[in-house]
Amino acid sequence: MRLLTRAALLTLLALGATFLLDPYRNYQLATATGTFVAVAGLTLLVGLTGQLSLGHAVLMAAGGYGYAWAATWVATAVEGTTLADGAGGWLLPLLAGVAGAVVVAGLLGLLLGLAAARLRGPYLAGLTLALVIALPAAASTIPGLNGEQGVRAPFVPVPDPLALLIATEQWHAWLAILVAACAVTPLVAVRAGRAGLRMRAVHDDETAARLAGVDPGRVKAGAFVLSALAAGLGGAVLAIVTQQVSPGAYGLGFSLLLVVAAVVGGLGSLGGAAIGAVLVTLLPWVVDQATAALPADLGHRLQGNLEIALFGVVVIVVTLLRPGGLARLLPAKARSATSLPAKFFPTQ
Amino acid sequence: MERLVFLLSTGLARGAVLALFALSLVIVYRAARVVNFAQAALAVVPVYVAVAVTAATGSYWLGLACALTAGALLGAVVERGLMRRVPQDNPLAGIIVAIGLVMVLQAGLAIAFGPDHRPVHAPFSQRPLTVGGVALMSPYDLFVLLVAAVVMGALAWLFGRTSLGLRMRAAAFAPETSRLLGVRVPRMVTLGWTLSIATAALAALLLVPTGLGLDPHAADVLFVNAFAAAVIGGLDSPVGALAAGLSVGVLASLVTGYASAAAAPPAVLALLTVVLLVRPHGLFAAREARTA
Amino acid sequence: MRTAPLSSPRSVGTAAVLGLTTATALSGCSTPAAAEVPGVTEDTVVIGTHQPLTGPAAAGFASISAATAAYFDYVNAEGGINGRQIEYVVKDDGYNPANTQTVVRELVQEDQVFAVVGGLGTPTHSSVLDYLDQNGVPDLFVASGSLTWDQPEEYPYTFGFNADYVTEGAALAQYALDTEPDAVVCVLGQDDDFGEGILAGVELGLGEGEVATHQVYSTADQDVTAQIGAMKEAGCTHNVLGTINGFTALAVGTAAQMDWFPRWHVSSSGADHPTLVEYLGDDVAPVLEGLVSVNYLPNSPSSEWYELFSAINDEYNDGAPYTGNTTYGMSVGYQFAEALAAAGPDPTRESLVAAVESGDLKGNGIAPLTYSADDHFAHRTVRIAVVTDGVQDFTDDAYEVTEAGAVPVEPAQVPLENEGIPLTE
Repeated sequence: MRLLTRAALLTLLALGATFLLDPYRNYQLATATGTFVAVAGLTLLVGLTGQLSLGHAVLMAAGGYGYAWAATWVATAVEGTTLADGAGGWLLPLLAGVAGAVVVAGLLGLLLGLAAARLRGPYLAGLTLALVIALPAAASTIPGLNGEQGVRAPFVPVPDPLALLIATEQWHAWLAILVAACAVTPLVAVRAGRAGLRMRAVHDDETAARLAGVDPGRVKAGAFVLSALAAGLGGAVLAIVTQQVSPGAYGLGFSLLLVVAAVVGGLGSLGGAAIGAVLVTLLPWVVDQATAALPADLGHRLQGNLEIALFGVVVIVVTLLRPGGLARLLPAKARSATSLPAKFFPTQ
Repeated sequence: MERLVFLLSTGLARGAVLALFALSLVIVYRAARVVNFAQAALAVVPVYVAVAVTAATGSYWLGLACALTAGALLGAVVERGLMRRVPQDNPLAGIIVAIGLVMVLQAGLAIAFGPDHRPVHAPFSQRPLTVGGVALMSPYDLFVLLVAAVVMGALAWLFGRTSLGLRMRAAAFAPETSRLLGVRVPRMVTLGWTLSIATAALAALLLVPTGLGLDPHAADVLFVNAFAAAVIGGLDSPVGALAAGLSVGVLASLVTGYASAAAAPPAVLALLTVVLLVRPHGLFAAREARTA
Repeated sequence: MRTAPLSSPRSVGTAAVLGLTTATALSGCSTPAAAEVPGVTEDTVVIGTHQPLTGPAAAGFASISAATAAYFDYVNAEGGINGRQIEYVVKDDGYNPANTQTVVRELVQEDQVFAVVGGLGTPTHSSVLDYLDQNGVPDLFVASGSLTWDQPEEYPYTFGFNADYVTEGAALAQYALDTEPDAVVCVLGQDDDFGEGILAGVELGLGEGEVATHQVYSTADQDVTAQIGAMKEAGCTHNVLGTINGFTALAVGTAAQMDWFPRWHVSSSGADHPTLVEYLGDDVAPVLEGLVSVNYLPNSPSSEWYELFSAINDEYNDGAPYTGNTTYGMSVGYQFAEALAAAGPDPTRESLVAAVESGDLKGNGIAPLTYSADDHFAHRTVRIAVVTDGVQDFTDDAYEVTEAGAVPVEPAQVPLENEGIPLTE
């Protein structure tokens, strides 16, 4: 109950904060929020169960496609009926889309989770890497994905009573924050609860966990599905904001950025995931602004590359020197509040 | 029929490159018990060296020699300077550092040389020889197969017949015991990386003339396919890498020729998934190879 | 690696909100005051574009926007259009739709551009089509031949620049039949709307089911040996390519390695001779002799436009190598300048779009532009170019493509006037 109250307060705080931002910043906030949801799922998976997925971008794409299909289907179905009047015209497709994202990403996550239950670190990483590489080819082979051009998702307009008050971008930032709240709150609960305890137990010592009556395969598969659901909702957020899902947007580069965000923020830390998500969203833009001042030739070479090199350096440095990530830099209270399970199952 | 023969022989030549790259993954796995996710980026750097040397001197062979040397050096530097410092208590740390290294190297190459594909020419004709009216493989394909065979033979001899190879295997499988027996374990690990990156560089150098040209991502797909081949063969088995590499090459060629180019990556992914789920130890690996 | 320190839900959430909002807020939160007509002042017009300056597509396309910028520098040096200097903001999207969405919003909301001009790529530009439409931003001269841009009912502000891929495919196939009635025509296409459009055009030209074999490649491939092998075996005599430059070179080079020298009929998007020579290297380049392509722009050394553009390229583009991309980029610039001049002394977004739709714009192509209120495509006529003795130049063959197929027509090159600076009323 306290968790829900806090989640509600934080959501309101975030919604209020959108009034401080101009439309473009609100757009950046919304995309960072979508990325945050996916990174939150990934960081939980890696940090708690020790399974590394390099293919979370594909799970986001799956959520995006699921959103686009379901929302388009419902939007077409209600068009011209009385349901389309008032809020129903956008609310029903939106809800259906989010449900579609959950179903599609959940199913793909379940398939991968079954594999994940049987595989150790490098094998799962390699399998998910092969998945990302196969996405563009899959998009042009599987009917309904519409190849490289991708699928459109319906536009969610600002509802009439709000139309005078806020711009489209701010409205989409609100939707992003609401979806994020619904996605991340359960993650917080899982992490602090018995399920999180089991995940850590399996991570630390599978044999000991098995002796304690925990089935490592089920825990690993379950964690993967949970993380896939979060990634799918992240993909749904991006589909709402951009009204488009295409394989080019979910390539290997983006998938690795999700890992970067999780590592930089500190594996297992949801607050760190937020910091990481903002960093991977904003740093390219900052580098872009900075390189614009350079001579065109040098600027073009640095643009799009410099931030990748920086991310690479940061990831290496963080892994070698500060495995806690940037979450370590949070206020002392956040740091010292090591939860009980970690004390029972100290790592290393 | 003619088409089948053509696709099979092309697939075999591509498969030889794959097998060689898969072998480089096996070497580093045997030496250091890591799957090196930075292999593609590390392999491409020496190819840039080779292209520069060939452009300056006009000699392909000098470029080849420089690529091998650069690969060996790079392997040693990366192991000594970076991988050795990775915390050993979690297998994920090594993978994540490797990913960071990929980002640094590929972005660095793009900044230094631009995003353009640089055309790279083969030292031999790529015109297929015809036997009885059927187009088989080109002299370049034969060269690739020959190089792959020689390298495989040399490595098999090194690991199987020499005391150095024995010490390398011992250092990887039982580092503590080896140390007690006087094997200089760190040196063996460095040597493994050196051999591995030199082999990977050779594979990338052989691949590039058959494709669009050299760019920082030229070996990415090769890595994914070679990873699949190495896993299918059992990460620990050079023979497995050879057999699986050739099979994956032929599979990709047949799928591209008879179905569509777009179907090849999903086919490799499907094969990898099935092997991982049905025979998680690979088809050739010794038991327990997988507890990395 | 140790597990990260665990924190309570509250601090986690606070960190999340603070992290997300402060970081975005810090990077700037001023709402720019909206001008009466976005991007237009007394003495400037700000326009923007999204281009792949980095990433795998950069190799083939990064030089286009540099050429457009050089043309605008030339116009500005001559006093601009109606006394206004054209400010051309180029944003890099790395050919990634996610980046396109971000940079186009930045152009519209932060830079307050008057119009988006020459946005490049089908998957990339598709992703901002709705956004530009909802915000009423003129979306002129999209750099792609997809049929998507020609939907005046749905997207009244969007106009294509290229001849569409179907037109090119039909003309290339028709030319094959006209030169060799017994031609066995095959198609190699990219696995997207480009390849599909070319195939549809070839089928329009030849009739359904007349394509001997149809092969595809994806840009992730490094190798087309299997595809070329299949085409050789099918006995193709004329290969129509819906390929970008790199893959045209790869296809022609691979075939030559197989000792196979069929006729190559290549879309304008992948037939730039200087670029292909660079890919193949000077020693292999002679295999390009006789390569057939189509174009709708004056990309011929004998054209007066080519001469002017070369001079501009030398003076304003640091003497970058002159390629088909240079002609393309400068033609986009000229066409926009012409539209801006026609939009009147006090241009608005509405008057700009009306000027394009009026049908009065001529462009600089091998036939006058075909824009109208219900046709948002620029070119329905394309002209055949052939590589002879290492020089790619036009023949006298041109085709106009309608739903019935490709019909031979006389080329009607738009003449150069006033040193390439559009006249204002």
